[in-house]
Amino acid sequence: MRLLTTVITLFGVAVIVFVVIRVVPGNPIAMMLPPGATDADIARLQAQYGFDKSIFDQFLIWLSGVLQGDFGTSISLRQPVSRLVLNRLPATLELSIMALLMAVLMGGALALFGTRFRDGKTEGVVDVTAGMALSIPDFLWGLVLILLFGVLWPVFHISGRISPALNVDFTTNFYLFEAIARLRFDVMADLAAHMFMPALALAIPLAAIISQLLKQSLKETMHLDYVTLARTKGYGENHVITREALPNAILPTLTLVGVQFTFLIGGTVIIERLFSYEGLGNMAIDAVINRDLPLIQGIVILFALLFTIVNLAVDMLYVVLNPRLRHA
Amino acid sequence: MNGFLSIRNLTVRLKNGSPILRSVSLDVAAGQVHGLVGESGAGKSMIGKAVLGTLPRALSVTGGEIWLDGTNLMSLSPTERRRRIGATAALIPQDPLTALNPSKRIGPQITRRLVDILGWSRQDAQDRALELLGEVHIPDPARVMRNYPHELSGGMRQRILIASAFAAEPRLIIADEPTTALDVTVQKQILRLIADMQTRHGTALLFVTHDLGVVSKVCDTLSVLYAGKVVEDARMHRFFMRPIHPYSAALLAATPTYTDPTGSLTPVSQAVIDGVEAEVAQHDARRAQ
Ligand SMILES: Nc1ncnc2c1ncn2[C@@H]1O[C@H](COP(=O)(O)OP(=O)(O)OP(=O)(O)O)[C@@H](O)[C@H]1O
Ligand SMILES: [Mg+2]
Repeated sequence: MRLLTTVITLFGVAVIVFVVIRVVPGNPIAMMLPPGATDADIARLQAQYGFDKSIFDQFLIWLSGVLQGDFGTSISLRQPVSRLVLNRLPATLELSIMALLMAVLMGGALALFGTRFRDGKTEGVVDVTAGMALSIPDFLWGLVLILLFGVLWPVFHISGRISPALNVDFTTNFYLFEAIARLRFDVMADLAAHMFMPALALAIPLAAIISQLLKQSLKETMHLDYVTLARTKGYGENHVITREALPNAILPTLTLVGVQFTFLIGGTVIIERLFSYEGLGNMAIDAVINRDLPLIQGIVILFALLFTIVNLAVDMLYVVLNPRLRHA
Repeated sequence: MNGFLSIRNLTVRLKNGSPILRSVSLDVAAGQVHGLVGESGAGKSMIGKAVLGTLPRALSVTGGEIWLDGTNLMSLSPTERRRRIGATAALIPQDPLTALNPSKRIGPQITRRLVDILGWSRQDAQDRALELLGEVHIPDPARVMRNYPHELSGGMRQRILIASAFAAEPRLIIADEPTTALDVTVQKQILRLIADMQTRHGTALLFVTHDLGVVSKVCDTLSVLYAGKVVEDARMHRFFMRPIHPYSAALLAATPTYTDPTGSLTPVSQAVIDGVEAEVAQHDARRAQ
């Protein structure tokens, strides 16, 4: 059932993107040819990429390719789309996961802190902080961070993913995961110094959302009878919040955080550009500028697939964390 | 002090100053059962919460003393008070469906505090939990310890909560309407069980209810609470023979379980309520002076 809806969703996304990028003006072939190319040259290339056929025919050709694992060839980079996209995916995944981790840690800490000192000035400060964090979008946070940690107090790298001087032979494109697995602390530090600002920029708005949702949920849970009972057993406020309330308060927050995480992945497009981070999002912008239709198509499908996987993972996590569903 | 738990002139107010409990005094003698009756909203639960330190944030103790085993709880720091209560007293809650943590197995919900707060070994805590679950007639305690609350019935959960309350051998238990949330068919069993456990363990019990019929079965003494004020404090025998306060008399007359099991419930008459209200107003005026 789940699989079926996923397939239908992806198909719908493919159709929409396919049509939209062919309807907006801008000829991909014209852009890749040197000035002075003849109409005949253009026509020849149009035919080579199949752009002389109807949209419907083009889609069928594309779809039959996809079903055989062939997403076409990038017009601007002249390489198979699938290889290009899969090479970039790890960079974006690492950035997103790092940002999610930061958001959960910061948002969780803020929620616990706000709950601990609830109904007072301190909670007000937490709410105002979260409100401000949320009212500034991620790319503006990126600019703020560049000013702070790139210009005023230059401790982090403002562009790229890794220092070229390091010259490490990675076997995968998951640089950070690989560095961790190989215990290369120098490489880890360099990657982290590159990733810190873009990840933080993505994390701040999500952290604000998590802090508010989780705090609300925690505060409601704190009134429940089992929390009161735990107090009469001699447990203090900190224990009661983290051990009694938190495991239950997480559940309603989880689903919404899943949705928000897909927004965060979408945010990587601009953030990667801002920090010249060589990920999927950065490639997507180039692809759009170059009207590289097969590449755009491939990237969008991959993003859509990613979102679906995230939602699936959230649903599974919900079941794992909720004993009522786990045993059902 | 007269009792193991001795409440003296306890006043609890809302943050805006309006009183919820007005100079309440009552005693629960060691090993005895003291009933606390009164209509809904009278403040019965708030007395229990004030003792256990779990008053809602909107309310606070503004006067009086709560003596537990010779120590005035109000003179302790919050942490000391919490420790003292955790080690000496326990609560049997009203609603077994909401009083167990839904994300934890039963076992740890009984044993963890024995280990964390009272410093028992894990094995001792485990053995003790099994023993007590047996005592409250839970079949196959070892399996139930691994269950989650949602896998058990309301009656089972209340038995577990009773076992958990007695686990650390507290000297005072506060039971706040422990049967009202249950099926009528299990209410009697649970009441019987609490009475049996109380006798066997010799625990002092403050039994909150609005059912005089229940009080007559299990209590040694009782306090009648009306609008946050104790209007009658008596030994059971004397109370049922010759209630002093008009509200008590009306309450008694309105209790079908005691006077006539089939009789219909006569509401407390308006005249009586007016009388009590006048008295409460007088009391307030005296305090204000
Ligand atoms: N969180 C709260 N904020 C403000 N007032 C409250 C709060 N909780 C209880 N009260 C008030 O305190 C009074 C006493 O409530 P309490 O729960 O002790 O009554 P009760 O005698 O236990 O009644 P019942 O038989 O319905 O349980 C009520 O008038 C109620 O309105
Ligand atoms: Mg009550």
